[in-house]
Amino acid sequence: MALSDTAAGLLQIGLLVLLLAAVHVPLGDFIAASLTGPRHLRAERGVYRLLRVDPDADTRWPTYALSLVAFSTVSTLLLYAFLRLQQHLPLSLGMPAVEPAQAWNTAVSFVTNTNWQSYSGEATLGHLVQMAGLAVQNFLSAAVGLAVAVALVRGLVRAGTGTIGNFWVDLVRGTLRVLLPLAFAGAVVLVLTGVVQNLSGATTYTTLAGGSQTIVGGPIASQEAIKELGTNGGGFFNANSAHPFENPTPISNVVEVFLLLVIPFSLPRTYGTLVGDRRQGSAVLAVMAGVFALSHAVTLYAETHALGSAPQAVGAAMEGKEVRFGEWASALFATATTSTSTGAVNSFHDSYTALGGGALLVNMMLGEVTPGGVGSGLYGILVLAVITVFVGGLMVGRTPEFLGNKIRQREITLAALHILATPFALLTGVAIALSSEATRSAVLNPGPHGLSEVLYAFTSAAGNNGSAFAGISVNTPFYNTALGLAMLLGRFLPVLLVLALAGSFAAQRPAAPTAGTLPTRTPTFAGMHAAVVVVVTGLTFFPALALGPLAEALA
Amino acid sequence: MSSLAFPQLLRQARTALLLLLLATLVLGLAYPLAVLGVGRLVPGRADGQIVSAGGREVGSAIVGQAFEGEQWFTPRPSAAGDGYDPLASGASNLGPENPDLLASVAERRAAAAAADGTAPADVASDALTASGSGLDPDVSPQYAQQQVARVAAARGLGEQQVADLVAAHVRGRSLGFLGEPRVNVLELNLALQALRP
Repeated sequence: MALSDTAAGLLQIGLLVLLLAAVHVPLGDFIAASLTGPRHLRAERGVYRLLRVDPDADTRWPTYALSLVAFSTVSTLLLYAFLRLQQHLPLSLGMPAVEPAQAWNTAVSFVTNTNWQSYSGEATLGHLVQMAGLAVQNFLSAAVGLAVAVALVRGLVRAGTGTIGNFWVDLVRGTLRVLLPLAFAGAVVLVLTGVVQNLSGATTYTTLAGGSQTIVGGPIASQEAIKELGTNGGGFFNANSAHPFENPTPISNVVEVFLLLVIPFSLPRTYGTLVGDRRQGSAVLAVMAGVFALSHAVTLYAETHALGSAPQAVGAAMEGKEVRFGEWASALFATATTSTSTGAVNSFHDSYTALGGGALLVNMMLGEVTPGGVGSGLYGILVLAVITVFVGGLMVGRTPEFLGNKIRQREITLAALHILATPFALLTGVAIALSSEATRSAVLNPGPHGLSEVLYAFTSAAGNNGSAFAGISVNTPFYNTALGLAMLLGRFLPVLLVLALAGSFAAQRPAAPTAGTLPTRTPTFAGMHAAVVVVVTGLTFFPALALGPLAEALA
Repeated sequence: MSSLAFPQLLRQARTALLLLLLATLVLGLAYPLAVLGVGRLVPGRADGQIVSAGGREVGSAIVGQAFEGEQWFTPRPSAAGDGYDPLASGASNLGPENPDLLASVAERRAAAAAADGTAPADVASDALTASGSGLDPDVSPQYAQQQVARVAAARGLGEQQVADLVAAHVRGRSLGFLGEPRVNVLELNLALQALRP
């Protein structure tokens, strides 16, 4: 008996929830043990010797930050050089050098875990730069996010040491112990479901009807797995995970959605385990899952009800969607990718209904903390927890404390700057882009939808998401440069502020909880935390949202 | 601090460079080549399910290709290049209120209704919309059924015979509940060709 669309769609969501529920506890504990265990693997010791790094040297936040910035700078420069010189390397498929502005944009994009793509993979890049350039940053940028998150948690736990860990050790362990084995397992499963993995160049076939079609293969499955797992999102092809070679069946689709959600939804458990109070982790998980579910319900409702003129004229919101996925599997992927800072797509968000596409935009504006990217979701939501504790403290008239750490002027200033950094980069960018006719002409769709395209582009860049309302023509010197800057600011300003916050917590001696301490592991606090997440976003972005998706939805 | 910072930065940069080179070898070469090795265990899948007919390879079973003419089941509209061009995969990106999209939908509805002899209101939704990849290999069972009478007439086959062929090619949801029911257009046309070239 065939199931109705709704029953099948709900079962699909149920399967995903079941998988995540089963995996997040062991994986969360595994990540905690991997990143903080005292022992080094033999391979790791070899790496540290080669790097001349003392793996047992704990550092204060300025050193940690300096290592991170040095690493990201070198990564950007090397990737830029790779893109500019690809024509001289093997497996280039005859592709010429990537133009300077686009190479800058792409290098920044992959190093910041954004994976915004102003290029079209199949028309711009050879296989070597895809696998040895871009995919390497897929791993490393995710590992950097993980490192910053665990550094913040150390800061919360440590008392009076002032140290927050060793960046190189966190980076190596996150990559070698967590990301690499999981990505390999994911890639093997994807190959079995039909995702392509070869080194074929372009092959031209005479089609059944006698036409001609040129098909390009490539090392796709290996890239697809880490692209989802590391919440990166940069597609091998222009069509990203809508392309049948990246995502051939509804089964590969569920595997990909699972991969992109699994680490972000496991990190609250890691957090709870590391602070020695698992209910703290559960409270954070509840906030993430609650907002995620709400947002998904909105997108799902708008898409399955085909709101809007064109979907109504068609009778279904199928523009930009694949038949094998339909509305349910497309909407699920869309919510997952925008909530996790991934930016991969299996359907094209520009053609979503105004309400459905608007909800995707809001997911990114929430700061991508529900559940957010690998590491960045956890540190983002913990900063918002600091804000929530502060607000709560004001309400009851006590000194606010978070896990025994006092939130003084220095801490609240850092947290406040953190929540302002991304909107600053984003809204300034949008304002500049809209202020000149030359840059306004890049939009494809008329009216409020055009504004949404620009807003979406800068939100995606500054939020390090990477998905697009892809009608906008962004391969211009202005957009390549401006979006590159937005990505850089949107990644490293928050990261530096989080590390400074971690250092300042680590230097404190924790206060014992008193009757006046606001408990942060209760449902009441989780509810307040969720409200702060939503209200902060609402206050920051409401005017821009009103002019874009809201105007379109109400028209 | 400032006098110390520069040498420290250089030392950090050296560490960064070494680690990056090492990562490129492990993550950029060893990892994809290992997955490549696994792929060789299922070469058909890892190479994109290339299909042969009449002694030649005609393309990939999972990448849609263009079919024009009343004797073929036709796929969805495509925004990839001039249609089904894998070197330019992608969507139309037209928004839900875009007048161009509304005009295209009306045009496609009229054209499909005329070609397939269906009431305009009954034209399947996937016949009116371009896919995300521009390479959608599938159509909905409704769209395939809609084309039966036209294809049967053009090939001199019985309508029932062609309808049975379509029914045999309907693939249900994966595992009974994932994704949507669909018909692979290339496979259907290959079977059609085998039945009556």
